[in-house]
Amino acid sequence: MSIAQWVEACAAEEIEVEDVIRFDYGDRTFAIYRTENSKYYASDGYCTHEPVHLADGLVMGDVIECPKHNGRFDIPTGAAKRRPVCIALKTYPVKIEEGKVLIQID
Amino acid sequence: MASNPHKRDYSITGPENQRAQERGLATAEWYTSPIPRQRLKELMKRKDGPAIRDTFIWFGSLALVGLIAYQTWGTWWAVPAFLVYGILYATPGDSRWHECGHGTAFKTPWMNEVIYQIASFMVLRSATPWRWSHARHHTDTIIVGRDPEIITERPPVWKILLMQIFHLYGGPVELKRVILHVFGRLDKQEREYIPASEYGKTFWEARVYAFVILGVIAACIYTGSILPAMFIFLPSFYGGAVVILFGITQHLGLHEDVLDHRLNTRTVYMNPIFRFLYWNMNYHTEHHMFPMVPYHALPQLHQEMKHDCPAASPSLWAALKEVVAALIKQKDNPAYVIERPLPDTARPYVYGIRQDGDEAAVTNGTAS
Repeated sequence: MSIAQWVEACAAEEIEVEDVIRFDYGDRTFAIYRTENSKYYASDGYCTHEPVHLADGLVMGDVIECPKHNGRFDIPTGAAKRRPVCIALKTYPVKIEEGKVLIQID
Repeated sequence: MASNPHKRDYSITGPENQRAQERGLATAEWYTSPIPRQRLKELMKRKDGPAIRDTFIWFGSLALVGLIAYQTWGTWWAVPAFLVYGILYATPGDSRWHECGHGTAFKTPWMNEVIYQIASFMVLRSATPWRWSHARHHTDTIIVGRDPEIITERPPVWKILLMQIFHLYGGPVELKRVILHVFGRLDKQEREYIPASEYGKTFWEARVYAFVILGVIAACIYTGSILPAMFIFLPSFYGGAVVILFGITQHLGLHEDVLDHRLNTRTVYMNPIFRFLYWNMNYHTEHHMFPMVPYHALPQLHQEMKHDCPAASPSLWAALKEVVAALIKQKDNPAYVIERPLPDTARPYVYGIRQDGDEAAVTNGTAS
């Protein structure tokens, strides 16, 4: 069983409002979001429809749109919101400490 | 009769599908031109205004021309009037289907969906199956055995291209599929790209299509005239000429089985009327490379990336001449493709999968 750990992803200011960046950790890739109301979230970095980096996508309010097929996910929950996306994104807890974005990875 | 040794199987259920996967061409990473993230975000911004305006112009024009066509019915003036009506019905039908299918035309999701459903019926493309077909087209653009939207194979099948002037190839195929869907079935090809979770939606949409078509047929029988069908359903066929003229400029004559849209997709400069009808889909390389950029921002995107792309075709006429000349050459030499030089400012073409040291990328304008 894996143990969850908090990992520093980036400086909070590194992500603009309504934007997303890519964060690689080991052999895994995550997407870190800052939504319209300046809340931070994290999810797996690839679209569940096809392996495309969500960090190249577009954040609109609380939604991320995949750059290749325009599929959409709800950022806070990871739920699939628009076809061709059918499978939800896995999301991860996020906290801000001393200006850094930390995500909890299992 | 011996089969043509050059002829490949373009079906997506044939051996080329497996071959494309083995070669790493399926679901692969595509080349993108370098554009600063901030600028790309500006270009990707969604708006309702332009699409609402254009939708009113479109339906308003259809109503006006439809009224003229109605009043000329029974005279020879009806021929040009219905020709214009058909072109106005099918051509924006095709481009609105496309843009709203991507969900980028309007900012508001339900507006995209409403126009997508209406336009899908107008061009006789089952809404849900074609949503998935088009997603595959963007994943595996012109990858033989993977892309279900390759207009014609190499060597070209002229009969299909000519039939498509009046949608007489794709139309009957689609109607056959609608009948299958009405009875809760899919054809073999559709099963390749439509997930099972979408089957129910597909079947219900087909029943709505069938209901509308049967309603139009009933109206024709009731009035003793084909006039009702001239306004709904038949324009999908008699109005198709411009759809195919625009459509064949997108990819034909260019490379197959590459992972760089600059090699397999063509951008064509068009006049404002054509651009309105086509909703800027003439900026096709730009659209394939960045499908999140809405139609109204494609001209600006073109400015941002033209330094990295081959020169655009200067007009629709020039593009059509280039395409037809290439298709004629491909009749005897299916391997023939148009080689387009890149500007000095461009990165090299990427022909195949990227490997260590970027072996697959070769110098500008040289063939693989």
